[in-house]
Amino acid sequence: MDPFESIKATFFQECEELLTDMESGLLAMEQGDDDSETINAVFRAVHSVKGGAGAFGLEELIRFAHVFETVLDEMRSGKLPLTDEVAKVLLRASDVLADHVAAARSGGGVDEGRTVGMIADLQGLIDQDRANELGLNDHGDASGADEDFGFVPVVLSLDEPATDAPDVDIAALLSAAAEPAAATPTWKVIFRPRAEMYAKANESALVLRELARLGDVEVSLDASGVPALDQLSAEAAYLTWTIRLSGDKSEAEVREVFEFVEDDCDLTVVREGEAPEMAAADGAESDASASAVEAAAAAPLDLEALLARVAPTAEPAPLEIPPAQPVAAAPVAAPAPAPANLDVAGLIALAEKASQDHAQAAQTPVAKADPKVDQKAEARAGSGAATAATPTIRVDLDRVDRLINAVGELVIQQAMLSQRVFESGLARSSDVALGLEDLELLTREIQDSVMAIRAQPVKSVFQRMPRLVREVADMVGKKVRLVMDGENTEVDKTVIERLSDPITHMLRNAIDHGLETPEEREAGGKGAEGTVRLAALHRGGRIVIEVQDDGRGINRPRVRGIAVTKGLIAEDAVLSDDEIDNLIFLPGFSTADVVSDISGRGVGMDVVKRSIQALGGRISITSEPGKGSKFSMSLPLTLAVLDGMVVSAADQTLVAPLSNIVESLTPRAEDVHLIGGRDAVICIRDTFVPLIDVGVALGFRDTPLPPASGVAVLVESEGGGKAALLVEAIQGQRQVVIKSLEANYQHIHGVAAATILGDGRVALILDVDALVTTSRRKSPRIEKRMAV
Amino acid sequence: MSKTVLTIDDSRTMREMLNMALVQAGYRVIQAVDGVEGLEVLRAEGADVVITDINMPRMDGFGVIEGVRADPAHRATPILVLTTESDATKKERARSAGATGWIVKPFNPTKLVEAIRRVAA
Repeated sequence: MDPFESIKATFFQECEELLTDMESGLLAMEQGDDDSETINAVFRAVHSVKGGAGAFGLEELIRFAHVFETVLDEMRSGKLPLTDEVAKVLLRASDVLADHVAAARSGGGVDEGRTVGMIADLQGLIDQDRANELGLNDHGDASGADEDFGFVPVVLSLDEPATDAPDVDIAALLSAAAEPAAATPTWKVIFRPRAEMYAKANESALVLRELARLGDVEVSLDASGVPALDQLSAEAAYLTWTIRLSGDKSEAEVREVFEFVEDDCDLTVVREGEAPEMAAADGAESDASASAVEAAAAAPLDLEALLARVAPTAEPAPLEIPPAQPVAAAPVAAPAPAPANLDVAGLIALAEKASQDHAQAAQTPVAKADPKVDQKAEARAGSGAATAATPTIRVDLDRVDRLINAVGELVIQQAMLSQRVFESGLARSSDVALGLEDLELLTREIQDSVMAIRAQPVKSVFQRMPRLVREVADMVGKKVRLVMDGENTEVDKTVIERLSDPITHMLRNAIDHGLETPEEREAGGKGAEGTVRLAALHRGGRIVIEVQDDGRGINRPRVRGIAVTKGLIAEDAVLSDDEIDNLIFLPGFSTADVVSDISGRGVGMDVVKRSIQALGGRISITSEPGKGSKFSMSLPLTLAVLDGMVVSAADQTLVAPLSNIVESLTPRAEDVHLIGGRDAVICIRDTFVPLIDVGVALGFRDTPLPPASGVAVLVESEGGGKAALLVEAIQGQRQVVIKSLEANYQHIHGVAAATILGDGRVALILDVDALVTTSRRKSPRIEKRMAV
Repeated sequence: MSKTVLTIDDSRTMREMLNMALVQAGYRVIQAVDGVEGLEVLRAEGADVVITDINMPRMDGFGVIEGVRADPAHRATPILVLTTESDATKKERARSAGATGWIVKPFNPTKLVEAIRRVAA
């Protein structure tokens, strides 16, 4: 990938993280967290988004981020107090910012009206005078949006590689000056550094070198201020340069070279012929400077003196200059047969630097090392280290998946090997068998570790929800507080990706149907603001997502009425409260009088339920009238492996997911009853459940197995539906690697997937929910009556 | 020997961008993600030029400048502050803390290298 594009990709990736950080910060702020670090973190996030956007010339994004950032900066500096209203505006602004990022990423547009409105709202947080002062009212252009944002990767052709030592530049200066310029000298620059300039690690020689890039230069040095060596202070500055620069550069261009140092030097830039005015210089020095050019030109005289002064640098040390000082050594060695005054300039500059360097080195501990600063830095470092994140690496998902597949095969291979060894009649205690046991343990461990790599906290999905809740609440005019729990619950990445839709739907449903309007709530003695709780937890090897509201609850008589009207249940059906509640998942059921645009979207709860079931998940609802409802959705932690019970039916080997199994038993003939001469039920501890002959249900044979000659496996599906699966025998319990049937063949009713067993045979994995649902749909009424 | 530039910035985008421009211009680049790490890296590896962001977690750019200037070994190491604040007060504060120069974001590679050239041989 083009490096520029790859950085852009990084930028958008980073934006996602930043937006996430920003939103969690803002949510904390909404809860009243006005800690400066929280506000700072939010500010930094917006700031970084803007910074990156600037580099890519994403004007719209910059413009909005700038206004947002300015408001946050006001808050950061304590000028804008954090109130509930402010937090809400900021949260909405974060949504708009996310839209802008998404638009910039896809190259699409944003809702201009919304942006303008949001900018107005943000500006509204700051009083008008202050906003004007901040330049916020001029379309937020203070970002410098007019600047050249183009970031075109240019292959830089520097005159010299960046690695060049300064002597080359001195040489360039020399040669530049050696051939008197053909062009008319235009500018006369008088440059006198002050000590502060050197203290900030600026160097005269580099500035002069830059100046030489603008055109032909003629440099002369006034070193008359340099005292005798014994009076020379390493920290002081003594030199003044006068540069004649020819070329068609503007004064601004010339001054730009001095951008970093202009406040730490006396600088005069005049057109040749105009009288130099050294602003900061006193009269005498000004004279000296003015005459410096001439003085320098008449070099021989000064040269002797100067050389005498600098001589010690070039000679082996009467002074404390280390002989190995490369900077000092270079110009001495340089055989520059150039005009004397320039040579001296170079020498002096370098000598000055050398002595400064040296002085710094010598003075070190005493110097300006401020112990307090050090301590502070360390304290910060210490506290930082404590909160430092565990180091992480980013890996292509593909690679992880390859590993997971390989481990899957390893598990199968290991199982096959064990089985063959076992079949060969080797004693359990033999070395081979023992070694195999260890291998099995290790394999299991590797598998767990690999699966853990793909496990991710559900946070990434949860984080998108506050925005959804805000938007839906606004749309239906309800007040909603979203509480989230268990965001760090981990689940396989493939599962995470599929959580988003069902959660979205459940939340919409909870706000739209579950919660009452603020007026209704108040009339009912509840607070105007409804609460929706979104939680994730691990239970029984599955991840459970709960969406709970404190709204009106399910109106059971109405739900029942609708179900009867729509022919979903018989008029006289006896249903428990739970069963009535779960009627809303039946196909064709919709409680909303008008299919609302929000939770409806043309999709009923039955579709949600089916999509969850397709993932091996279940969904159910519990409700208490007047108090609220709770949807629980549970999904397997991973879609790659499954703990299963291996059973045989009609000479086939099948796998029943362990998570569905409640218990297994040998049926007694007297417990099994036939309903209508065909559908069998079995009485287990005084409860009747359908008895499903798996061999028949899957079409392996037509004649049912005599119940007493088989084993009944009691399974439970979502919504509490139970059934007993009748199989011929249970072979054992095993972890199996799921191979999708749809991907390799097609969907078969009652079969969820396939797997390869230890002996190399393919076994089908039962879709327990489908089997139970089918059997129950056939005779819900009858079963119920008998169960009562 | 290439000159070594230490870039300190909490934004990955900005670090990569600096890296690309600097490497292309022939510098060796080492990176740090915040001020604390920046000072650690500088102490451990040294650098010819330090480029630092201002707004960072744990330790901001001002902290970096103070830290570098307080370190005898790096008193004379040029520091360029990198920030979108064209805001004079921030720049002034960085300067008085001892920053050698500054780069206003967004920058283009030419400007970046020019700024380095102005402060480092």
